[in-house]
Amino acid sequence: MADIIRKATREGYGRGLKELGAEFDNVVVLDADLAGSTKTGVFKKAFPDRHFNCGIAEANMMCVAAGLATTGLVAFASSFAMFAAERAFEQVRNSIGYPRLNVKICASHGGMSVGEDGASHQCCEDIALMRSIPGMTILSPADEVEARKAVRAAYLQPGPVYMRLGRLAVPVFHSEDYEFVIGKGEILQDGAQVAIIATGLMVYEAMKAGEALREQGVDAMVINMPTIKPLDEELVLHAAKKSGKIVTCEEHSTIGGLGEAVCSTLSERYPTRVRRIGVPDQFGHSAPAWEVLADFGLCAENIVKVCKEFIAE
Amino acid sequence: MTPQEKRQLEIMACKVRMGILTGTYSAKCGHPGGSLSAADIFTYLYFRELNVDPAAPKDPARDRFVLSKGHTAPGLYAALANRGFFPVEDLTTLRKDGSYLQGHPNMDSVPGVDMSTGSLGQGVSCACGMALGLKHQGIPARVYTLLGDGEIQEGQVWEACMFAAHYKLDNLVIMVDNNGLQIDGWIQDVMSPYPIGEKLAAFGLAVQEIDGHDFDQIEAALNTARATKGKPSAIVLKTVKGKGVSYMEDVADWHGKAPNEAEYRQGMEELEAALRELEAQ
Repeated sequence: MADIIRKATREGYGRGLKELGAEFDNVVVLDADLAGSTKTGVFKKAFPDRHFNCGIAEANMMCVAAGLATTGLVAFASSFAMFAAERAFEQVRNSIGYPRLNVKICASHGGMSVGEDGASHQCCEDIALMRSIPGMTILSPADEVEARKAVRAAYLQPGPVYMRLGRLAVPVFHSEDYEFVIGKGEILQDGAQVAIIATGLMVYEAMKAGEALREQGVDAMVINMPTIKPLDEELVLHAAKKSGKIVTCEEHSTIGGLGEAVCSTLSERYPTRVRRIGVPDQFGHSAPAWEVLADFGLCAENIVKVCKEFIAE
Repeated sequence: MTPQEKRQLEIMACKVRMGILTGTYSAKCGHPGGSLSAADIFTYLYFRELNVDPAAPKDPARDRFVLSKGHTAPGLYAALANRGFFPVEDLTTLRKDGSYLQGHPNMDSVPGVDMSTGSLGQGVSCACGMALGLKHQGIPARVYTLLGDGEIQEGQVWEACMFAAHYKLDNLVIMVDNNGLQIDGWIQDVMSPYPIGEKLAAFGLAVQEIDGHDFDQIEAALNTARATKGKPSAIVLKTVKGKGVSYMEDVADWHGKAPNEAEYRQGMEELEAALRELEAQ
């Protein structure tokens, strides 16, 4: 794992958009003065007449995307998660979600890993907000390859999609022939003593934890869950039945995120004990990304610790 | 427009107003005041301006209308029904359980509705997206949107105006129904948006200010808008809230209240009398 390539999922987004733009004429991209950061600049360079900067006006941008969708274009509306999901929440809910319009909301800089910018930009509530909108599909790819493939999958699925992307370069562990299917999770390591279900950049941390646990004689299942909604409930049930103990991992609030989605499924269909690793009910702070992640226990070391304590109970 | 054509529009506007009263009376709620102030513009748009076909409500080449002041759905529905998008009798189902006539416009359920609206400030942005999308694809259709004068207190409206001017959306007409009243009273007392025309002009729109109840002025303004190239148009329509129903005119309380049975009968008698007079001409 030492010489593994590191790329941010937002880079996969930019690359995926460019590929999609070459394949489909009706793909257009909207930005709110962040084309450099969201990586849509890659698309803009290739297709300048299909990129529309909306300026720092995210509320308008989301509704413009809705209007474009009514004319048959597929708009990828991009900003930071804080502004796409939170500032423009009601626009997304009423002008995109309610009329079920074919808009793809692609939000970079999700989670604690924006690091130094601090709490005002550390968006840890976007998944909770988007889950609450009827019919919204939520994607949270774990690496650059998965992000790129998710862009195409999002385009091919009619209706609103929210995609969460990260700022931070993280290891690319999927190979080019990886097939991304919306609504399907992926077992990365099989095991029977505990199942770790992770999303986004926490997936690689979960993989490292799974390996460390194996070296310590603990047999852990590791699952990548790149679709938060609709959740792969069958995979969650499979993991629960096999291990009897579930640990969820996400750089998102423990309120309303993947952990709660897993808990909802299990409490109704197969009551199972769950430990949620995520951001507790508090705001973040400025620090280099990996340090702030570690401050909240969002790292392989803490996953190992939580799993071992859980198994020992 | 010939005097005969104008009289036909006035007759239709009367029927649209009757539809507004019937809908809100049947629902026992809804927004008659702002529907009545906009009844003439609804009528002109659907009976003279818009290139739409009730038999093909989703035609990609059609003109679009976005009711950004979505609470005045009773007026839009009455115009759409009279234009043939759905039966006029269905107006009595407005806001009722099981009806497709939702309290605010729903593009999924109501034939002829081009955008779901209701949350103020959003429709105008959606109209910008439509205008941009049509222009981008070389479709020569036009997009019209109607806002309330209270609605323009929403900051998003000005984001949309900036956007429309920046992308030179000359296929877009932003209309403001300036009836002067919002729920809490006169707009200048609640939060003055005046001077409306100057503000819109400063944002880069080609602005016209007209009497929103005068079909000759409406026609002239929309013709000017169509001939204006390189920038979006804005039309500020000076109107009377509750127009056409004596006891509702210029009374803020009729923003979101339905007439009771006696009020409904009186309003319908007034409109029927006006209709008889027009038809006798």
